[in-house]
Amino acid sequence: MTISLLSLPDAEIQCRLLADQIRPTLTTNTTLVGVYSGGAWIAERLTRLLGLPGPAGLIDVSYYRDDFAQKGLHPQVRPTRISFDVNNRCLILIDDVLYTGRTTRAALNELFDYGRPAAVKLAVLADRGGRQLPIAPDYCVWRLDLPPETGLTLSLDNGHLSWKVEHA
Amino acid sequence: MPNPQLNANGELIHLLSTEGLPREILTHILDTAATFVGITDREVKKVPLLRGKSVFNLFFENSTRTRTTFEIAAKRLSADVLNLDITRSSTSKGETLLDTIDNLCSMHADMFVVRHATSGAPYLIAEHLKRMGKHDIHVVNAGDGRHAHPTQGLLDTYTIRHFKRDFSSLTVAIIGDILHSRVARSNIHALKTLGVPELRAIGPQTLLPTRLSQMGIRVFHDMRAGLKDCDVIIMLRLQNERMNGALLPSVGEYFKHYGLSPEKLILAKPDAIVMHPGPINRGVEIDSEVADGSRSVILNQVTFGIAVRMAVMSILAGNG
Repeated sequence: MTISLLSLPDAEIQCRLLADQIRPTLTTNTTLVGVYSGGAWIAERLTRLLGLPGPAGLIDVSYYRDDFAQKGLHPQVRPTRISFDVNNRCLILIDDVLYTGRTTRAALNELFDYGRPAAVKLAVLADRGGRQLPIAPDYCVWRLDLPPETGLTLSLDNGHLSWKVEHA
Repeated sequence: MPNPQLNANGELIHLLSTEGLPREILTHILDTAATFVGITDREVKKVPLLRGKSVFNLFFENSTRTRTTFEIAAKRLSADVLNLDITRSSTSKGETLLDTIDNLCSMHADMFVVRHATSGAPYLIAEHLKRMGKHDIHVVNAGDGRHAHPTQGLLDTYTIRHFKRDFSSLTVAIIGDILHSRVARSNIHALKTLGVPELRAIGPQTLLPTRLSQMGIRVFHDMRAGLKDCDVIIMLRLQNERMNGALLPSVGEYFKHYGLSPEKLILAKPDAIVMHPGPINRGVEIDSEVADGSRSVILNQVTFGIAVRMAVMSILAGNG
């Protein structure tokens, strides 16, 4: 599949669409957890758009990745910040791109080291296919099928979220 | 000569000394340690990073605290930890150091944490592993002779950064037996690389190395003058065995001149922090009122030491 730069959707608008999907399912027990970096930016926007109290949780999965033996430690690990009691909470895990599913697996493992949530759902802006694990999003605004040599990343420039596509 | 601590890509594969380590690597260790500090607040106080790895603690010299903190750090990374009681093992039956290492390699060790009374012993092990082609086994120096104690140096710099945020405007004084101190050496190299503009060494002439001023360190024999306007005070333990070497007249005399008392502490900046690598000798190099006082961060050092050792072990394990 070929994607031209011109056809890339506006990620800020996608955040609002994602908020619209999540809103009807919110309960007073729901808390967002963003996966660094992209998921953290989105979680921050969703917290505001959905009028949720308190900051979202932030999770860095570096210590739970399954490719540590091949790639070593990420050069910039950020501290996971889960300042609430995870036990019996309904969590929505937020990420920018869902690809192999390995990051989601790592994030789930880390979350369960904080406690036993009542439920965990997955919200992503983009599902690019290529899953290697039995993981699927509960909320998603952009579904596409990209070959492995194409990279899709979310970036934050001057406070604005935008997509970048790179061909290896 | 290439730095034996780094691989061809400039990545850290052994931690032998803070000397010669680039600023980026020191900062990476401190930044990584910061992410491990909060782990004890979680329900599960460990991460799976070193799952399936074996860490061997080889302490040829006694040190309960350092060995314990390395053991806790490795266990919080989910590694299997084996503590070898060297004094009762084959070494006391005549086995050489490198034969011991070869045997442990055959038991599939992934990392050696080495404390040895002889300076250079961890270097010897790292060089031996390289010669044997065992590039995936890592060595951490947990203190060798008078030479280096890099994780103590790193946890001290971590503690300083935690409380002072920025190294670039600090005055740091190291006080006591610097001549015999591997901790002082590791601190000096790390703090200079991280950009501390003023490092001071305070102590009697008999306990200070002769070449300090050539390294850009200000030397003081008068503790009161040396403490003036300091942001950080690092006290060193006075090792009792030094008393026998005619280096000092008496413990009482030492405390009078170089012990940190509340009266002397007033001369430093009002927000100065007091550090000590432990174990402390109350009434010898530090007054109890200071050691237990609000400016003392000695117990914080111990807590941060675990996070720093976790950071070192996880960075090493990730670099083949």
